[in-house]
Amino acid sequence: MTTAVFDGQGAGAVLDGSGGPAAPGAQAAPGTQPHRAGKPGRAAPGGGPAGRVEIALADPDRPARRPVPRGLRRLLGPVLLVALWQVGSSAGLIDSSVLAGPWTVLHTGYDLAADGTLHENLLVSLRRVALGLVLGVGAAVVLAVVAGLFRLGEDLVDAPVQILRAVPILGLVPLAILWFGIGEQVKIFLVALGTAFPVYINTFAAIRGVDARFMELARTVRLSRAAVIRRVVLPGALPGFLVGLRFALTVSWLVLVVSEQINASSGIGYLMDQARTFGQTDVIVVGLAVYGLLGLLSDALVRLLERHALAWRRGLEAT
Amino acid sequence: MTTLAAALAASDGRAAGPTADEAGAPAVRVRGVRREFAGRAVLAGIDLDIAPGEFVALLGRSGSGKSTLLRILAGLDPDATGHATVPDRNAVVFQDPRLLPWARVLDNVALGLKGKGARAAAGAALAEVGLGGHERAWPATLSGGEAQRAALARALVRSPGLLLLDEPFGALDALTRIRMHTLLRDLCRRHRPAVLLVTHDVDEAILLADRVLVLTDGRLSLDEPVRLAEARHRSDREFGALRARLLAELGVTDDETDGETGEEMSIETDVGAE
Repeated sequence: MTTAVFDGQGAGAVLDGSGGPAAPGAQAAPGTQPHRAGKPGRAAPGGGPAGRVEIALADPDRPARRPVPRGLRRLLGPVLLVALWQVGSSAGLIDSSVLAGPWTVLHTGYDLAADGTLHENLLVSLRRVALGLVLGVGAAVVLAVVAGLFRLGEDLVDAPVQILRAVPILGLVPLAILWFGIGEQVKIFLVALGTAFPVYINTFAAIRGVDARFMELARTVRLSRAAVIRRVVLPGALPGFLVGLRFALTVSWLVLVVSEQINASSGIGYLMDQARTFGQTDVIVVGLAVYGLLGLLSDALVRLLERHALAWRRGLEAT
Repeated sequence: MTTLAAALAASDGRAAGPTADEAGAPAVRVRGVRREFAGRAVLAGIDLDIAPGEFVALLGRSGSGKSTLLRILAGLDPDATGHATVPDRNAVVFQDPRLLPWARVLDNVALGLKGKGARAAAGAALAEVGLGGHERAWPATLSGGEAQRAALARALVRSPGLLLLDEPFGALDALTRIRMHTLLRDLCRRHRPAVLLVTHDVDEAILLADRVLVLTDGRLSLDEPVRLAEARHRSDREFGALRARLLAELGVTDDETDGETGEEMSIETDVGAE
């Protein structure tokens, strides 16, 4: 029996195997109670034959430490950062033309919300994202099903999509402006295009990844082709689709930010671009915060969707 | 005999020979079925008849092609050659329960059934295998034995003329396996499908089957009826004799037939519990 013992003094691990001379730092303490974890563990021969080691176990009488909730601990960093920011702004270390202080930003945010400016532009931005998503995700799912289920579909759809995917979406902005002008269409088009790729790629891979054993089962119970798609392929590909949807939402906000700042007369991005010309860093930060919140909210939405649609994964009753 | 693609679909079956419903005609008729993998003949010409309601166990060492034959009869192997006729209603139970994880247990059992009575029939089948009350459970919440019972219910609800069992209890623990043996025996007595049970467990074959086949080197090397009473006990002299014969055919030495080594351990447990 050879066991490593830590003496707590930094002397390192001690091999206590052959019943040789007691190692430095590992005092023999016959008859000691089990030590709580964390205290220096001691080799306790306990009067037994050579080569025995007592395992340090927790003391049941030790008062349980009440841990600080993890969520609270995680807040520490952000709160500290905002505090530093506020102190820096108040002390004049951070010029307001570089970055407005948090208190000013809050105030501006309240004003923008109160006079309806924020509300108005937010709705415009939401509409663009929603329409773009519906078009992009819809097209992507149809293409993925066609490519995933039919060999001919794969040849016709998958190769072009994989090639186009290599083009950065935002590189298409000049071309998109030439096609659609600078109205709503170009923004919706860019969002749709940007969201279609992640949804297509993940859904296609998920359809191809549906367990072949289930396809075999479908044959033994003689499911029709339509039933195979409805009962086996689509539910089996749902987790992959949802992964794609989460990526798509991130992309959608990214594309929107850029397209709204290039040419727009409304929307959160327009608000921020306007603020730039007047040097209103507070309005810009409000815009950023709104974008951030929208991103968080849409992610939470997909997670909620996942919880309900994928309840079978956790074996929970979804009702 | 000319080599043709195995004619497994019901319509083809009728064209090729008498239907299973005709008195005296076998439920399963296999003639000259061959299957090669990369030039090696796993099945080198199989001839086999199974009568309606007959329970046949197919034994063989791993890799002997016994599952291949079952898959051919299930219509899952279009590359096999020869002739095979099966009832138009057949059902398969695989070694894994193969329940769709995203469908509730009842929907899994009713999978592919049409008509208004489908869900009611599925519920009745679940009750019959002892899973009443689990209709709305997700498959992930079932134990291995429960999941396999659901798979059995999914097979039975189709009132199959042929029930194909591909090592259905191979992944279960020994105690659950004993319960499943009893359940399967009762279900088969009640529904009387023709059964082909593929297994490597000699005792399981003798306990359940009316006839035992051994597949060796691509051919059926042994075809022996089990002449034992309905209530079968491993302690019977006949049981032991048949077991020894089958094990010898499978190439297992005497030492191992004493039940001392790994694979026979479950049998020891079975004896104790029955």
